[in-house]
Amino acid sequence: MPHYGESLIAEIEERARELRLDSLRMIYQRQAGHPGGSLSAAEIMAALHFCHLRLDPSNPSWPERDRFILSKGHASALLYSALARRGYFPLDDLERWGELACHLQGHPDRLKTPGVEMTSGVLGHGIAIGAGMALAGRMRGQAYGVYVLLGDGECQGGIVWEGAMFAAKYCLANLTAIVDCNDVQLDGPVHEVLPLEPFAEKWRAHNWAVIEINGHNVRQILEALDLAGEIHDRPTVILARTTKGKGVSFMENDAHWHGVAPNEEQYQRALRELKGGA
Amino acid sequence: MANEMPMRQGYGLALADYGAADDRVVVLDADTSSSTLSCYFGERFPQRFINVGIAEPCMVDVAVGLALEGWVPFVNGFAALVALRALEQIRTCVGYGRANVKIAAGYAGLSDYKDGPTHHSITDIAILRAIPAMTVIVAADAAEAAAWVPLVAEYDGPVYLRLSRAETIAVHQPGQSLAIGRGIVRRAGADVTLVSAGAMVGRSLLAAAELAREGIDARVLELHTIKPLDRDLLCQAAEETGALVTAEEHSVVGGLGGAVAEALCDARPAPLERVGIQDTFTRTAPDPDSLMDAYGLAVSDIVAAAKRALRRKEARA
Repeated sequence: MPHYGESLIAEIEERARELRLDSLRMIYQRQAGHPGGSLSAAEIMAALHFCHLRLDPSNPSWPERDRFILSKGHASALLYSALARRGYFPLDDLERWGELACHLQGHPDRLKTPGVEMTSGVLGHGIAIGAGMALAGRMRGQAYGVYVLLGDGECQGGIVWEGAMFAAKYCLANLTAIVDCNDVQLDGPVHEVLPLEPFAEKWRAHNWAVIEINGHNVRQILEALDLAGEIHDRPTVILARTTKGKGVSFMENDAHWHGVAPNEEQYQRALRELKGGA
Repeated sequence: MANEMPMRQGYGLALADYGAADDRVVVLDADTSSSTLSCYFGERFPQRFINVGIAEPCMVDVAVGLALEGWVPFVNGFAALVALRALEQIRTCVGYGRANVKIAAGYAGLSDYKDGPTHHSITDIAILRAIPAMTVIVAADAAEAAAWVPLVAEYDGPVYLRLSRAETIAVHQPGQSLAIGRGIVRRAGADVTLVSAGAMVGRSLLAAAELAREGIDARVLELHTIKPLDRDLLCQAAEETGALVTAEEHSVVGGLGGAVAEALCDARPAPLERVGIQDTFTRTAPDPDSLMDAYGLAVSDIVAAAKRALRRKEARA
């Protein structure tokens, strides 16, 4: 497995900070969006899009590319920021998010936005669709990997486990799920609204390999993604323990910030914290 | 009534045959393959046959993933379950996401007579045709179901193909012209038009024969494609006969009758009587024909509706 030097780790961490700043600016300007779950997944998204995934932004339909599905589609600001900074479309497009004529929809739309692999926004679809893509690749002998980013609250829905059972039946080792385990959903803490624990055991019982990491530790994320690639007999889930609203003190671990945009004073305060690294 | 092979058998055999001609086709089923007869494909092409278990939503999502990678998936199941349990998958991922998934909805209408209302599919046309980008086709008999397989596979876009478990009256000749969105004049006639789809095409032809004995010349249109509806053929019939009846193995809410009513009121209003299940849940029965008769789908119901439509036409004259 590759060794990741300090400078690369620092670069990915800086990318994550950019994604956070973009996401908050986009949500603030539009006065709509989902800050909490965008901030929690920034390191995961940065590690995937700026290091691990094999992508060619100049050719979004490159057959050998890795497939990424944002199953928690409400974190669209984070995905749009990553795709723009990766070069799929101009950064300026981010400022037009939500305009009627803009290709950036509230939730990702594969037909409108370059680099969006699959339309999402209704929770739960990523695993089963990703399993279909992974099976398709295997049937044709293609080497691409399929990566699905889910929320933990999302795993309350049965379709996730239908997909998990299906992926296990076909031993889809080319499918990797990452769950952004921030323990907060719209109505409150996940462990209160509908407990998932023992979560790792649930995935193991569905015949998935499980890797548990700190989802804000870039080195752990990259090494977990590599480790998943070494598992050849079953799909892997990376349970990334994160903090909802990470990086903005007053948003952290607070369900209020699941889907509410900051006002100007709050936005400026958030910027100071993110820019100052506080 | 002149029966041929059950529609599901015509479909299942055709799907297996088509699998040899087109290696992009993959077939999925939700543990109903020995009922839908997608098992024929599975026996010949086990590498391209996927049984997802009793999980229709998962079946549709997996098919979406396969479709995005260039395969042409046919998902198979009971219409009542696929159209309702997997509806959100169909709306969001197949329709809005525009995945090239073919939904072969078996056991539609009342054809699963013995299992009762849980497995009667009387709202699926209304639901599916409301989804943008969806093409909705109702097969009339075994030969037609077979003929639809290559057409549906080669069409680029989502399709809901409604199939029956039952033996329906044979109306389609193998080799006869068939095209998505283009209706078929099954009988010429000038006084009234009987518009039908599925198992009701054969019954409409019997009704037309009965009307002929009473001196009424009924045209019979098969509008197999509920969406996009053949508005030209329909409006021409409205223009030339001035009175219409729709007949469908479905609720009168939102199905073929609803689609025809919408088209006529947009373009060529005319008296219209709708034969179908009258917005009620149905019952278990010993056979499909008596069940259809019991819920207002008998040949005599079509005849009576034609006479009502004619009276309304004459009242307008």
